[in-house]
Amino acid sequence: MQIRRTLFSLLVLMGATTVQAADEVVVYSSRIDELIKPVFDAYTAKTGVKVKFITDKEAPLMQRIKAEGTNATADLLLTVDAGNLWQAENMGILQPFKSPVIDANIPSQYRSSTDSWTGLSLRARTIAYSTDRVKPEELSTYEALAGKEWEGRLCLRTAKKVYNQSLTATLIETHGSEKTEEILKGWVNNLSTDVFSDDIAVIQAINAGQCDVGIVNTYYYGRLHKQDPSLAVKLFWPNQGDRGVHVNLSGIGLTKHAPHPEAAKALVEWMTGPDAQAIFSGVNQEYPANPSVKPSEEVASWGTFKADTIAVEVAGKRQAEAIKLMDRAGWY
Amino acid sequence: MVHQRRWYLLSFAIAALVLLPLTVLALSWQTIDHDIWAHLWDTQMPRLLGNTLILVVGVGIGVALLGVSLAWLTSLCEFPGRRWLDWALMLPFAIPAYVLAFVFVGLLDFAGPVQSLLREWFGTGLRLPRVRSTGGVIVVLVLVFYPYVYLLARSAFLAQGKGLMEAARILGQTPWQAFWRVAMPMARPAIGAGVALALMETLADFGAVSVFNFDTFTTAIYKTWYGFYSLSSATQLASLLLLAVMLVLYGERRARGATRPANERPRGQALYHLRGWKALAASGWCGLVFACAFLVPLVQLVVWCWQRGRFDLDERYVGLILHTLYLGAIAAAVTVAVALVLVFARRLVPTRPIRSAISLANLGYALPGSVLAVSIMLVFSFLDRELVVPLSQWLGGAGRPLLLGSLLALVLAYLIRFITVAYGPLEGALARIRPSLPEASRSLGVSGYGLFFRVYLPLLVPGALSAGLLVFVDVLKEMPATLLMRPFGWDTLAVRIFEMTSEGEWARAALPALTLVLVGLLPVVGLIRRSARRYGH
Repeated sequence: MQIRRTLFSLLVLMGATTVQAADEVVVYSSRIDELIKPVFDAYTAKTGVKVKFITDKEAPLMQRIKAEGTNATADLLLTVDAGNLWQAENMGILQPFKSPVIDANIPSQYRSSTDSWTGLSLRARTIAYSTDRVKPEELSTYEALAGKEWEGRLCLRTAKKVYNQSLTATLIETHGSEKTEEILKGWVNNLSTDVFSDDIAVIQAINAGQCDVGIVNTYYYGRLHKQDPSLAVKLFWPNQGDRGVHVNLSGIGLTKHAPHPEAAKALVEWMTGPDAQAIFSGVNQEYPANPSVKPSEEVASWGTFKADTIAVEVAGKRQAEAIKLMDRAGWY
Repeated sequence: MVHQRRWYLLSFAIAALVLLPLTVLALSWQTIDHDIWAHLWDTQMPRLLGNTLILVVGVGIGVALLGVSLAWLTSLCEFPGRRWLDWALMLPFAIPAYVLAFVFVGLLDFAGPVQSLLREWFGTGLRLPRVRSTGGVIVVLVLVFYPYVYLLARSAFLAQGKGLMEAARILGQTPWQAFWRVAMPMARPAIGAGVALALMETLADFGAVSVFNFDTFTTAIYKTWYGFYSLSSATQLASLLLLAVMLVLYGERRARGATRPANERPRGQALYHLRGWKALAASGWCGLVFACAFLVPLVQLVVWCWQRGRFDLDERYVGLILHTLYLGAIAAAVTVAVALVLVFARRLVPTRPIRSAISLANLGYALPGSVLAVSIMLVFSFLDRELVVPLSQWLGGAGRPLLLGSLLALVLAYLIRFITVAYGPLEGALARIRPSLPEASRSLGVSGYGLFFRVYLPLLVPGALSAGLLVFVDVLKEMPATLLMRPFGWDTLAVRIFEMTSEGEWARAALPALTLVLVGLLPVVGLIRRSARRYGH
């Protein structure tokens, strides 16, 4: 018996940090500390429920949830891009959770069709242009950036980023792969310099005069523009005559073997409500996924636009196809 | 023979620990996704292999040139500034590759301050070499990894003593001839070991190359995982990379041959007093490398901190720094202790099985960090499921997993990754203790633990300290395993750098990066002071 007790205390000691309390929720997040902690802190202050989280890239986090299986630690997976959420669903690490609160808060096109995740904030991947060298009338659609008149004037981010993969996936859905490959080849041909490793660098390159147009997520522009209101770059909403601007989201899903499913659901319901939506979208200059919540002043100043209503899950379904196509087109 | 069995048991156990994640790599070959392989082979591999080859050749030549020339100048010549350059040239060791990469690109790219200023002066028509290019990546990796060669070549040159060189001179050799015919052949094993370490780091690097968007073989591994979500294909690629590294290591061992490190003697007067333009060139060359690899990046980090980072500085940094130091210290102590066991096993029972076990235990360093991290994570979750939970239930506990997400698991991951970093210096230190010493002690009646604590340990302390400091600095810089396996709330400085750079906020990553460099500097300075004392400066 003595040995048993010693062994047991040794085990507990080893994993002292992993013992879980009842009123807490555990989140694995690919969104960084700075963007999620204010929301979780507000929730703890309001309800007393503790929210514990770790941050990492989405692929390792999903692999960890899968590996933990029935011994799950995480209740929720918080990540960006419908492509990633679709992959999580496809890996079988999420479970459906029906909630009238969430259904009322978030429009159905920003939720998974199986109810295993919901969007929390929206971002458009749109065209940024130099106010010095480009008139907005010269711009029209994503596709038009493949035209000869943009030769040597375009900046893009690397194709390894999921945002570009999702954009390409929707192009394939709209035009088919042959036409899409042509468009991408046009873009690659128009590049003024090697693709960048992040969107911020793209905007800064346009600002500095290295190129005239680029394709970026709105919040990156929002961050830079807030810091430097004299930025000589503006956002343009393309494809207003047809399908609309490509919109993607950040979202959260309930893990299959969540240890605290009820507490987790309550947290997600609160996160889709007005208080949390204002904080969550505000810290990063995103659009709230809940249409009753107004975006921040900075975001509102960019004007309104028609968004592409294509099901966001297309991004996941066609992700592998998109990557292969980008590789063939020479977009690295 | 009882003693022998103990060494077998210990070294096999350590090798088994490293073997666990490697098993995950091997098991991934059960199913092959032909679709992904065909795609990679048709559209990616020629370019990626070409890039990787250029990178390896470029970095290999670069670190050898820089490391050897600097070591030669600072250890055998006398010129203005030598005394401080001698140790200052080790400082870049504290700068992680991904940090130098983003500083380099942020400072020198088109939108950066340097080119903006040049355009203001000379107009927008100015054509400058591309910064995010093959050359740029090679320069950055050389500046980050040359200290491996510098450190090892420097101690090799110092250890040779100047007697041999003087003899060569008396026999009519010019300094240049003496260098090539006497000093270089003797230092070759050390230089080879340094270049091998630098190349392993280069092959496994993902952070620095992705700042440049320079695609290497490692890029394919990550793309397959993060893009195609095919972890098995990614680990298959990683095991091919591991094979390549094993070949490099084997080649290095073969080239090293049976040379034994010579006994170190105190440094006396410098061999060559450089004067005139030669002295100027020596000072200029060493100063230039120091400025590019350390001074300029440090200044840029400070500037960014002042512009953006200071708003982020709050009381949470105390926690970040403490966690970083704590993890580094524990991992260093554990890794050195385990590496000591291996070193002694190799010395006392140098049989083939033990030597193989040790080679195996040293492989963890050769894998890209994320692949190793996820393999270790898979092993721990397997052990949790199959061992810890049933055991805990049997003991009357809650039946919860305990390994994954615990400090223990993270420290074991560091151990698996960095054991070879500690093994090298300890092997060197032990080799310098001649067998006659313990033999004499035995004849005087000191044996067993007494022999270890009273004879070996005092002599091994300097080597163990170097080993511990190297592991400490490496753990500080480590990202993927820390991210994936840290216990809740255990954020470190590297975690904060990851979070900022993943959002493209390089200027704001400067605060954690600068803090990391400063925290990492303390041990590097310690290392320097120790080595300076030994050579009687």
